[in-house]
Amino acid sequence: MSLVNFTSREITCKIVYYGPGRSGKTTNLQYVYDRVPEGRRGRMVSLATQTDRTLFFDFLPLELGSISGFATKFQLYTVPGQSYYNATRKLVLQGADGVVFVADSQARRFDDNLESLQNLQDNLLTQGVDIRQLPVVLQYNKQDLPRDLILTHEEMDDALNFRAVQSYAGDALHGTGVFETLRGISEQVLKRLAAGAVAR
Amino acid sequence: MTVTLNPLYRFDTYVVGSANRLAVTAAKAVAESPGTVYNPLFIYARPGLGKTHLLMGVGHAARAIDPNLHVEYLTLDEFVEAFHAAIAAGHGEAYRKRFLDVDLLLVDDVQFLTHRREMQAELLRLTDALQTTNRQIVLTSDRPPAEIEALDERLIRRFAGGLIIDVAAPDYETRVAILRRKAEERRASFADGVLEAVAGLPIDNVRELLGALNRLVAHQAVSERPLDADQARMLIGGAMGQRDDKTEERRQEPSGQTQAPASPSHGPAVPSSGAPAPDEFSDFLSEIHATVAQQVDAWRSQIGAAVMRWEGEGYRTGRLQKLLEHDAVPDVVRELDDFERDVQRLRDMETQTAELAADLVGSPAFRDPGDLAAAESLLARAREGAVPPAAPSPLWRLADWIEGPSAKVAVEASRAVVQEPGARYNPLVIVGPGGAGKTHLLHGLGNAIAERCGVPVACLSAPEYSGELIAAIDRDAVGIWRSRYRRVSAFLLDDVHLIADTDRTQDELFLLYNVLLESGRQMIFTSAAPLAQLPGLEPRLRTRLDAGLVVELPAPDREVREAVAGRELAAKAGEPDSDLVEFFATRPVDSIRVLLSQVHRVLNAAEARQCPPGVALAREVLDGVPVPAPEPAPAAQPRRPAAHRVSGVVAPTAGGARSREKMVWEWPDITDRAIEDWR
Repeated sequence: MSLVNFTSREITCKIVYYGPGRSGKTTNLQYVYDRVPEGRRGRMVSLATQTDRTLFFDFLPLELGSISGFATKFQLYTVPGQSYYNATRKLVLQGADGVVFVADSQARRFDDNLESLQNLQDNLLTQGVDIRQLPVVLQYNKQDLPRDLILTHEEMDDALNFRAVQSYAGDALHGTGVFETLRGISEQVLKRLAAGAVAR
Repeated sequence: MTVTLNPLYRFDTYVVGSANRLAVTAAKAVAESPGTVYNPLFIYARPGLGKTHLLMGVGHAARAIDPNLHVEYLTLDEFVEAFHAAIAAGHGEAYRKRFLDVDLLLVDDVQFLTHRREMQAELLRLTDALQTTNRQIVLTSDRPPAEIEALDERLIRRFAGGLIIDVAAPDYETRVAILRRKAEERRASFADGVLEAVAGLPIDNVRELLGALNRLVAHQAVSERPLDADQARMLIGGAMGQRDDKTEERRQEPSGQTQAPASPSHGPAVPSSGAPAPDEFSDFLSEIHATVAQQVDAWRSQIGAAVMRWEGEGYRTGRLQKLLEHDAVPDVVRELDDFERDVQRLRDMETQTAELAADLVGSPAFRDPGDLAAAESLLARAREGAVPPAAPSPLWRLADWIEGPSAKVAVEASRAVVQEPGARYNPLVIVGPGGAGKTHLLHGLGNAIAERCGVPVACLSAPEYSGELIAAIDRDAVGIWRSRYRRVSAFLLDDVHLIADTDRTQDELFLLYNVLLESGRQMIFTSAAPLAQLPGLEPRLRTRLDAGLVVELPAPDREVREAVAGRELAAKAGEPDSDLVEFFATRPVDSIRVLLSQVHRVLNAAEARQCPPGVALAREVLDGVPVPAPEPAPAAQPRRPAAHRVSGVVAPTAGGARSREKMVWEWPDITDRAIEDWR
C-alpha cells in the first residue's frame, strides 16, 4: 500500500486516525478538509449515523502536488471508535503507513482511551504489524475544556505515552494542534517510506 | 573519482561574503594546487553555513583543473562504516590502500570522531601518509579541532599544522545574495523587497534561510496575489516565533517530546484559537515539501553509501556513479537490487571459474558488474579449458603390442610405469626409429594408466601440442590451455623431437614438466632421435627428459616381424601359410609400418587374382620377380631419412589407422617452426 515509487514518481501515504468513540477523529479530518484548497482535496467520504457517529469510516484524499518530482498523495482515514465496529477498524487499518491516536483528554474517558489503544495494538498484531515499528503519534484532544474536567498533557503522557512517541495537545474543533499532528505523523511516515524504499 | 559530489555544490554556486571569504580563498587555493599550500585544510562552521558545499566545491574545482586527479569525498560516518565493512569482508588492507592512492581526500563531519579511538588512529595514520606523499586532505567539522571531545592530541596538532579556518554566519548582504540566487535557481520571482525583508530577519543559518525561501515559494504558489514584504516578514517571522517557542519548550523538556505550552491551572489547557490562520495548509505543505525533498534526495547518499560499500569490497561502481551524474531520480531500489544481483552473478561465475581454471580467479572481469559480458566470456573460456586434452586412442591397446627380445628393456620399463605411474620412471622416454611401434606403445601405456589412475590422461603428438598452444595464443587463452594439461593424471607426448627449435612450446613443456613431476604424475615421451642429437632442444628440457629413464625401442626384430605378419595374414586369410610368414619374417624391414604395408599389398594382389597368398605371389608383388602374368605393382614408397621425422602414424580413430606419411613428408622441420617463429 505505502509507496515511494521511483519508477512512477509517486509517493502515497495512508494515515489512519484511531481512537475511542467521540474523541474527535472525524473533527480532525473535517478541519483539515476545510483548510485544503479546493483543487487539492478529493471528496471527503463520511458515513455517519443519525447521531453523527462514524458508521463506517471517513476518507479524505489529499493531493499535495509534485514534490521534488514526486506526485505526492495523502490518504487520511478515520475508524469508527465504538467498540462494536472492530471489524471495520481492522479493515481500515490494513496497509496503514502511520497512525494518529486521538485520545479524549476528559478524565472520565481515561479507560476508553486505554482500551482503544490496546485495541489498536491488538488489531495491528493480527495483521503482523508491531506497533513499535509503525509511525504513531498521539493527540490529546479537547484540551480546550475546563481544566478540572481534563487530564493535562503530562498526565495524558503518563497514562498513554509509554513508548515516548510524539504527542500533541489538541482542540480539533477549533483547529489547535490539528495540522501540527498531521505534520508530525507525515514527517515520520515520509522518512520511513523513503528509507524503506531503498533499504528493501 | 568518486562522483558522490553533489553537482550543485560548486564554487560558482557558493555565495561569498565577508563571513566566508577567507575560507573560500583557502579552499580555492587548495583546489588549484592540492597538497602544496594548506595541508590539511580544516574548515569548521556551525551547521547550515555551507561546509559541505565548500568541501565539494574543492573537489569539483580540483577535478576541473586536472580531470585525472583522484578525488574522494566521504563523511566520517561513511568512512567508518565502509572501513568496518571492508574489515568484515577481509579487505581491510585494500581499503586502506585505496585511500593512500587518493590525490585529494575530502572528509566531512569529522566532529563525529568523538570517542572513536580506533578511527582517530586510522585518520591520523592516513593524514600522515597523505602528507608524506604530498596528497591533500580537507576536513570539515561543526567545531574547531580543540573542541572535538576526546580528540587525539596528535590529530589536533596535525590539523593545526595545516590551516584551520572557520565560516561565520552570513551577514545581511550575503543573505540577500543567497536568497536571490536560490530564488533564481527555482525560477521563483518575488515582489521587490520580499527577499530583503526575509534577509533582514534574524536568520543566520543558510539552511534555515533556504527553508524560509521554500515557505515563500509554497505560499506564493497557493496565494492568488504575490506576497509583499510585510506578508513575507510575518510569514517567516511568525514561523520563526513558533519555532523559537518550540525550541524553548525542548529546552525545558529533556525528553525532546513536543509539548504544549504550560497551561494555566484553570480554564482551557489550550486556548482556542478562534479564527485559525488561513494558511495552515500552506504551512503544512511547505513542511512536507522540505521533508520529501530531504528524503527523496537521500537517494544520492544511499547510492553513495552503496558505492562506498561495493568499492570497499573491491567492485567497480561506475554504473552506480553514473546515476549520480544525473538530476533525475532513479529507481533506487531497482538499481541497487540490480547491482547487488549482478555482483552475486559475478561471484557465482568466479566460483565456477575457480573450479575450472584457478589462474583466472581474481581477474578484473569478475569485479565489474557494469560489464557482465566480460566475466561471462572469461567463464566460457574457462569451460572451454575444462575440456580434457586428447586421450589415448582406445584402439591401441597394450595387449596388442608385440614385443620382441630386442625391446626387453623398454617393455620392462613400460610394465613398471603401468604398475606404479609416476613413481618408478618419470619421465619415461622411448627412443626409436620410425615404425618401431613407439606410438602404439605410447597409446597402449596411456590406456593402461588411465585404467589404473583414472582419466584424464593426455596423449598426443608434439605437433598437436604445439598447434594447440598456437591456437591458445591466438585466442589469448594460454592460461586456460595450460590449466587443461595441469589437471591430467598422466601426460604422454609422441614425437617430442619435433619441438626442437620451438621456444615457446619448450617453455610450456618445461613448466608443465615441473608441475607434473612435483605432483608425481607420470610423463612418457617418444622420440625418433636420441635427445643428445637434438640441437634445438633446450638444455634445461633435455636434462629433465634425461633425468627419468630413456629406453631404446629398436627396429622390429625377426620375432616381431614374424608375429606381426602372422597376425595380419591370419586376420585376413585365415590360417597363414607358414612359408609366407617366414618370408616376411626374414625380409630386411626396419619398420612395422612398412611390413604391414607389404603384407597388405600381397593380400590385395591375392584377392585381385582370387588365389591364396603365397611366397611366389609375394616375391612377384614385392620384389618384381618375373611371372607369367605379373600384376603391376605399385611404386615403392620413397624412403625417408631415418632421423628427425614424424612417426607417420596418427592415433587410429573409429576408422582405424591412417597413414599420414604423405601429408607430413615435407613439413615437420619447416612449417611448424615457421608458424611458431612468426608468432
